[in-house]
Amino acid sequence: MPVTEIRIAGFGGQGVILSAIVIGKAVSIFEGAHATMTQSFGPEARGGACSAQVVLSDRPINYPYVTRPDVLVVMSQEAYSRFTPELKDGGILIVEEELVRISGLRSGIRVYSVPATRLAEELGRRMVLNVVMVGFFAAVTGLVSADALRQAVADSVPPATRELNRRAFDKGYEYGLAKAGAPIEEYDPAPMEVE
Amino acid sequence: MQADPRGVLTGIHFIDGDHACCEGALAAGARFAAGYPITPSTEVVERFAARIPTVGGIFIQMEDELAASITIQGAVWGGAKAFTVTSGPGFSLMMEHIGYAAMTETPCVFVNVQRGGPSTGLPTLPAQADMMQARWGSHGDYEIIALSPNSPQECFDLTVRAFNLSEEYRTPVMFMMDECVGHMTEKVVIPPAEQVEVYPRRHTRRAPGAYKPYEPEADLVPEMVHAGEGYRFHITGLTHDEWGYPNMNVATQDRLVRRLQQKIRAAEDRLTMVDEHGLEDAEVVVVSYGITSRVAERAIEMARQRGVKAGRCRLIGVWPFPDRHLKALAARVKAFVVPEINLGQIAREGERAAGGAARTIPVTHAGGGVHRPQDILEAIMEAAR
Amino acid sequence: MSALPEIVNPVEPLLRTERMPHIWCPGCGIGTTVNCFARALLESQRNLDRVAVVSGIGCSGRVAGYVKLDSFHTTHGRAIPFATGLKLANPSLEVVVYSGDGDLFAIGGNHFIHAARRNVDIKVICVNNLIYAMTGGQTGPATPSTAITATAPYGCYEPSFNLCALAEAAGASYVARWTTFHVRQLTKSMGEVLRKRGFCFIEVLSPCPTLYQRRNKMGDGLDTMKFYKEKSRVRNGAPTSEVALTKDGEIAVGKFVDRERPDYIESMRGRLSEQLGDRYVEMECPVCQ
Repeated sequence: MPVTEIRIAGFGGQGVILSAIVIGKAVSIFEGAHATMTQSFGPEARGGACSAQVVLSDRPINYPYVTRPDVLVVMSQEAYSRFTPELKDGGILIVEEELVRISGLRSGIRVYSVPATRLAEELGRRMVLNVVMVGFFAAVTGLVSADALRQAVADSVPPATRELNRRAFDKGYEYGLAKAGAPIEEYDPAPMEVE
Repeated sequence: MQADPRGVLTGIHFIDGDHACCEGALAAGARFAAGYPITPSTEVVERFAARIPTVGGIFIQMEDELAASITIQGAVWGGAKAFTVTSGPGFSLMMEHIGYAAMTETPCVFVNVQRGGPSTGLPTLPAQADMMQARWGSHGDYEIIALSPNSPQECFDLTVRAFNLSEEYRTPVMFMMDECVGHMTEKVVIPPAEQVEVYPRRHTRRAPGAYKPYEPEADLVPEMVHAGEGYRFHITGLTHDEWGYPNMNVATQDRLVRRLQQKIRAAEDRLTMVDEHGLEDAEVVVVSYGITSRVAERAIEMARQRGVKAGRCRLIGVWPFPDRHLKALAARVKAFVVPEINLGQIAREGERAAGGAARTIPVTHAGGGVHRPQDILEAIMEAAR
Repeated sequence: MSALPEIVNPVEPLLRTERMPHIWCPGCGIGTTVNCFARALLESQRNLDRVAVVSGIGCSGRVAGYVKLDSFHTTHGRAIPFATGLKLANPSLEVVVYSGDGDLFAIGGNHFIHAARRNVDIKVICVNNLIYAMTGGQTGPATPSTAITATAPYGCYEPSFNLCALAEAAGASYVARWTTFHVRQLTKSMGEVLRKRGFCFIEVLSPCPTLYQRRNKMGDGLDTMKFYKEKSRVRNGAPTSEVALTKDGEIAVGKFVDRERPDYIESMRGRLSEQLGDRYVEMECPVCQ
């Protein structure tokens, strides 16, 4: 894998950091490549802006920060506004469709949307939306193997919630497989709304 | 001596530098930590507090950093290996006890996860601006050992080494992390305990009566005893003779202070720890440490792509400063480029070591983030001209 | 001529006689307290190899240098946290902090209250001479109002700490006050704290004829003994709120507090065993044989 930059952003309490840990762990431990995860969060422990960055590579990673992400996962409107400008041309944007309204997006971005919160609620636990998102990420990007991610999920959550999280991953993954071939490509900038 | 397996969390982990530092301390045999909460270092002791009751040891949260930095020394004289963890403002409060540890030759480790200063500065954001404070922060003349890791893996490996060096030289060792390395998560491989080398305490074999607490061995380091063993010894921060008794005259002061300096200075070559690459043909050497070394690496690659012969000299051990090593290097290159997240602390040391043989170009940053690789690249290009 | 039988002071084995003469002035009370301490130790029948003395800085801080025990002369105000580390790393030690009023209650005040709160099993002996003596007789936290000091040349106008009330409020298990006139009672109190577990505090009012009594026209060491005798009143069990000292008023002495509280190690062990069960591992000193 060439150097691949991923940013996951939302608000505190959505499990942003854990989803980044799962991806980094899958790549660096279960796929034997390299991953560096860094994070930043607002002063509030919950509800503040929260963002995690993961750099993936076949080779050891020197520069640890994300500057032009190849993949951006956003789970809040604030994160969408703040981070989409830095997304690489031709990059992938993944949005939590019920929390993010897409507007003013430049062309050339491949957009995939998923109702991760609702899918998590269908499993009975809203808090697993981050793992639904990771499953969806696996299916639509193909960057990290589903097996490695499943192992990383199991290794990163409390034993009592492993089964729930496995189902959350699969739910997001299956939802993503159905969408993988059909991103909302070339998002039409024409009906841009002025905010 | 091999590590006590109870403290070694053998395996492959995906953890951040703060957590890896804690695991390094446990692997090195630290069974006592005292701390006071301060961002961005607290995760080290939070993990220690969670881990130590099942390993066998003590964590105590003290009322302030003054207390934490001397409580650990009481624990050391009680027989434990001990450390404390802090960041800038707390490090400032610990200075009096870095001096006490240097003077009484108490082996212990001070971890400083550096953040932006001065004063409260930037609590959650990185800097490398405590490097001179680590060297000179306590009053009086003394020598210090300081290490600077640039990854979570090194936070583990070098924490073990920091403890080992503190025991071997009987000196406080400064473990100079930064917020980036502390909060960066990567794979950390912790080997089996039998592969973790641990330096045992230099405990005397002499009987009480035949033992003098400050009689140096051939390497200028005296042997140690602990309270409760029947030696009835005395330790003081006052200028003292070989018996450890206060003796405040010029001759005793001269002998003691010069020995404290020499036991470390004389070992400079052994304590020179650098990571070098591309120096065979280098004209410009980027001298860096900690997180900045990883940013610099991208600049070095960019410079090479532009045909500039740039190389890397990363300081793993920052103090004692590798004078002789850099002096030799300066003799065969055009320039040192020294990026660091401060306004030029180690750059001056590089310049001093180079002694005019090579130009030194600092690349400063006031703190709060890392350099842009471009800024380091520009300095390299300027140096190559 | 036959040699006279050699007379050895019974406390001599506890002193570093090679360090004599000591630095304390004629009439100073610190030596008296050391004598009491040595006697209490001898009477306690403790293994003296397991008793450690920790001092801060100042005249009383020098006690560590004269007692033939494992002894640590630390930094100004920090004897208590050092002693805390020493005790917790090796709970088989009896750790005694010996220091002065300035060291323990001004620069070290925060450590004092927190060690008392934690009920760390250390014994704190405070030689209270009401001033900073080693630096030349400046005002300290125990200096009584109106007393003349080097930094209060017109008389002190700050209120002083009631050390015994402070110790009790912070959580000490044992609180007593004596003067250097009360050598028997002081020795007995010292013996009691050596048998008691938890944070214990003994305040010993002690003259500094050179700097306090002289400046305040209170005579020499002997005059101070007369003053202590005349002004003291034994009030065992008195509420500590009623025992504040004034410059010339009554000196309430006695044992004010003697109560049972779980000490730090006991509390730690209890909580951790309860939470962790068999997974809890007691500390064993990794570098001790």
